[in-house]
Formats: sequence, C-alpha cells, structure tokens
Amino acid sequence: MHLEYHVVGRDFQAAGGAAAKIKRTLRQIGIDAETARRVGIVAYEAEMNIVIHAYRGTVGIDILPERVNIYADDEGPGISDIALAMQVGYSTAPEDIREMGFGAGLGLPNMKRYSDELEVESQVGSGTSIRAVINLPTKEGS
Amino acid sequence: MGQLFHSVLLIEEKCRGCTRCIKNCPTEAIRVRAGKARINAERCTDCGECIRTCDNHAKTAITDSLSRLKDFEHVIALPAPALFSQFGREVDPQRVLAALIDIGFDDVFEVAYGADIATFLTVEYLKRRRKRGPAISAACPAVVRLIQVRFPALIDCLIPVDSPMACSGKLAKEIKSQELEIPKENVGAFFITPCPAKVTWVREANKLGTFPVDGAISISDVYGEISKRLPEVSPPYPKLKASPTGVGWGRSGGERIAARIAKSLVVDGIHNVIDVLEQLEMGKLPDIEFVEAQACIGGCVGGALTVLNPFIGRMNLEALVDKSETPPNLFEELDKGFNLRNRLGEFAIQPDIVAVPAFRLDQDVSRAITKAEMIEKVVSELPGLDCGSCGSPHCRALAEDIVQGLAVDTDCVLKLREEIEILAEQLLEMAKKSPPALKENDTFSKPGE
Repeated sequence: MHLEYHVVGRDFQAAGGAAAKIKRTLRQIGIDAETARRVGIVAYEAEMNIVIHAYRGTVGIDILPERVNIYADDEGPGISDIALAMQVGYSTAPEDIREMGFGAGLGLPNMKRYSDELEVESQVGSGTSIRAVINLPTKEGS
Repeated sequence: MGQLFHSVLLIEEKCRGCTRCIKNCPTEAIRVRAGKARINAERCTDCGECIRTCDNHAKTAITDSLSRLKDFEHVIALPAPALFSQFGREVDPQRVLAALIDIGFDDVFEVAYGADIATFLTVEYLKRRRKRGPAISAACPAVVRLIQVRFPALIDCLIPVDSPMACSGKLAKEIKSQELEIPKENVGAFFITPCPAKVTWVREANKLGTFPVDGAISISDVYGEISKRLPEVSPPYPKLKASPTGVGWGRSGGERIAARIAKSLVVDGIHNVIDVLEQLEMGKLPDIEFVEAQACIGGCVGGALTVLNPFIGRMNLEALVDKSETPPNLFEELDKGFNLRNRLGEFAIQPDIVAVPAFRLDQDVSRAITKAEMIEKVVSELPGLDCGSCGSPHCRALAEDIVQGLAVDTDCVLKLREEIEILAEQLLEMAKKSPPALKENDTFSKPGE
C-alpha cells in the first residue's frame, strides 16, 4: 500500500499531520505496535525536516509484506555535510525555530536510530531525498 | 472474554441524534444510526467526554445502587479523595465520613489513604525500575484504556501498581475480616466514584477474578444524601487516616506532589492526554521520569460523576490539603503498619493490561491493507467537510465505515445531493426525448433529401 502527502515548509500548524495519518493507517492495518511506533517516528522526523528546512516536499510510505519503505523528497537548501548532520545535536535550524522547541539536532539521528536502513542524498541549493527501510518482524521472531 | 461491560450508556429516548458526542469522542467510538447514538464497546474508554458534551443528557453511567449494600455482612465505603471537594471550602472531611456511615455503611476506609499507599508503591517501583524513559501512572482507568486501545506501544511504560481504590479495598477487607473474624467475601467494599471509568474497571476486574472492590457508587448519587446529613452528624466521627498529600490525589498534579518526583509531567483532559501520549510514543520526552495523566480536566475533581465545577472542586480540595502538613515519616509508618515492602507483589495491578486492537480493519494483514487502500480511494471522493451529518465523526471515519460495510456513500448528504443532481439531469434528458409523432421537424415526408 502506498501513501503520499505534501508537506509545506514553515507550516507549523499542519506539521505532524502526515505522520499522524500514516500512524492511523498503520494502526488500522494491525502492524505490531513497536514497528508502527518506529515508522511513526521516522515519518514524523522526515516531515519535520521539510517543515523546518525546506520550501516544500513530499513524505510517503510503501507498506510491503516484509517491510515498510519511507521516503521524503524536498525542494530546499540541501545539506552540505551529511555526516555532520547525522550527529546528535548538530542543527542548522534558525533561532526562531529553535525557540519553538524544534530543531534540536535529533531529526536525522532519530531516523537512523529507528530505521533498519537509511540513505540520505542531497544537493546543495536544490534539495534532499531520504529513503528509510523498516523491516517487519518475522513471524517466528515476533 | 465475552461482551465488554461499559459504564457509559445511552438513554435512547433522550438522544436526538445530533453530532456533538461523535465529534468529541477521543477514540471515535460513537456513530449516529437511525437517529440514535451507538457506542462501540471495544473503542470506548469510559472517559465520560460524551456525558459532558451531550446537551440532551442522553448519556449516563451505570453505577451500583445503595441497595447492593445489603448483600454483605459488613460494608465499607471507599470514598474517592474527590468526594471531599464537593461540599465547600470549610467542610470537615470527618463529617463527610460520618455522613457516609449514616447513609448505611458500617465503615469507611478512605481512598486517600490508599493513595498514600499507592504513592509508596509508586516510589518503590520507580526505584527498582530497569526500563529507561518515562513511567506512566496507571491510576486513571480511562487513560489506561486509552493506552490499550490507541497507544499499545506504551503499555510497557505503565506503572504496574494497584490504584488507590484497589489498595484501599484490599487493606480494608483484610483489616475488617480479621477484626470481625468473618471471611473476606462477607466484607463488601464500595468505591464512591467520581467517574464511570472506575465503575467499568471494577466490573471487568470482578468478571476476571477476585478483586478487592465489589462495586462503585457515583458521587452524584450520594451527594444529596451527604449534603442533607452534614449539618446533623454528631461526634464521634470516623478519624481521617489519610495524609493531606493522599487527599491531594483528587486533583491533577496530586500524584506528582505526593511522590515528590522532580522530572515529571502532569497532564489532564483526555484530548491533552492524547497529545502528550503521541509525544511519548515518539520518544520525544526521554528525560521525563514520571507522567501523571488524567482523562478529566482538573483530575478526579473533574470526573463526569461529580457535582461541582472542576475548578471549584479543585479549590475546595486544595483548601483541605493546605490545612495540615503531611508527616515526614508517612512512608515509614505505612511500611511498618502494613509490611508493604515485603508484599510488593501483592499490590500488582489487576487485571493484566493488554493491547486492544480496536482500530484494526481486519484480522488478516493483507486484507486490512486492501481495506486501507479502499479507504484512501473513498475518502478522496468524499467532500471533506467533516460535517458529521452522516453519523460518522468526519469524512475519513465515514470512508472507514463504508469500507467496513457499516455505511454507504449516499449516507453523505452532499454525495446524495450529487447523485440526485445526476439523476435529475438524466430525467430531464429523457423528458426532452419525444416520440417522432410529436416532433416538429418531420423528416419522414421528405425522403431522399
């Protein structure tokens, strides 16, 4: 199953809406609580990254029998040093956004922590693409 | 397990089929069908939000009546701390206890005293806890149920100790059965409850095994009787055993103050609780140690079965809390008195708290995915007004109901109007078609042209 949502930069009113819809659908599908939680976190962080840093973008998921793929593509300033951005606490969020309680430098590290695979591609001045994979627990293992 | 009991109930004849309750239900458990609200038992948390929002007073709570007292040899009232908040700022709580005896109870055992014990147990649990991240109080049954239904990933975070109500019932029965030398089963313990969720908890727990509380009587049911007796009761009054901080559990923030946990978050009102649980589920508040969450605004003083406005109740309760000091050696005394530290296992919460997948579309995951895809399609074709006229709380919920076979798309008034318009156009089109015998431009007489 495929879900995709548009995300608008700096729209803090609507921020988190896409992740909330994704979580609702996961709950309805009956995916185990822990996996649903992880997908929710990764989708939320991806969405918030677009809201905080980019002009606009899309967040989507594909639910497959053995895994969930999450992607986020944006038009924005891009990330100049991805390795640095992956470090906990490193943030390029402007002051006004930090004052709102966002931009603590946990976005990408959290996505890394809660996904099984994470790929970040970015072009400075044009935008960022993120691909994350979360494997569903196998029948035996769950 | 059989049909789940719920305290919250609809009074059919009072329901006018409006959309207030369906719009306000935090778990989308209500639909209006055939002009009446219907409550989905699996999703309902008994939070009482619909009781509060219904202008026609068509929602009520089933509670136990005082007539059940005669089923036991010895009956003990377990008054919620919030009860003391209902009779003004100056009330002597011991007179309230005396009034309960006068109503027909043989004894009283304050739940505020149980709250002192629950505080001790909570602190002990947190000391021993291995799991990192916030621990959530399980004292509010509506919040526990909400977590079971909507936030199963947080079940592990609940503090698995008995509620003040259960602690009180357990000790009250123990003490009285020993003192009177009668079996525990002959001692009845009735919670005087501020909320329907506790009624449900008591009933469900009793269905599943022995539970130290036998029933729950609503504060609003005894309010009149107590008010009437308050000026008349005479000493000696039953002695108030609870500490001020135990009494303070009756309002939100009371648990945190009693347990003296610095890094704690206090939230009240079920919609606010949902917001905070969302954050917790996403791991957003890792440095919080303790979460006190209550479904009612103001905490138990705001329960749907109380009489006073929650803020006035809170003021009254705080006046009482401020009157005296909590003894510094409270916990040592309790531990010594009841040998608590060696009996921690006996105070584990019951029944077990398990996930309730009330939102799952299908038992089978692949069928559920197909249904979820259909929902996306249906929702894209609905107007998105979220008006509720169809009887579902919003368009997405209607789409879910349609896919589940519980509604049809023409339940949407705008959809229906669209279809009528199409039909009307077709009718007009057909009406314009006349038989050749009536047509003005006759082509038959001019063949070959």
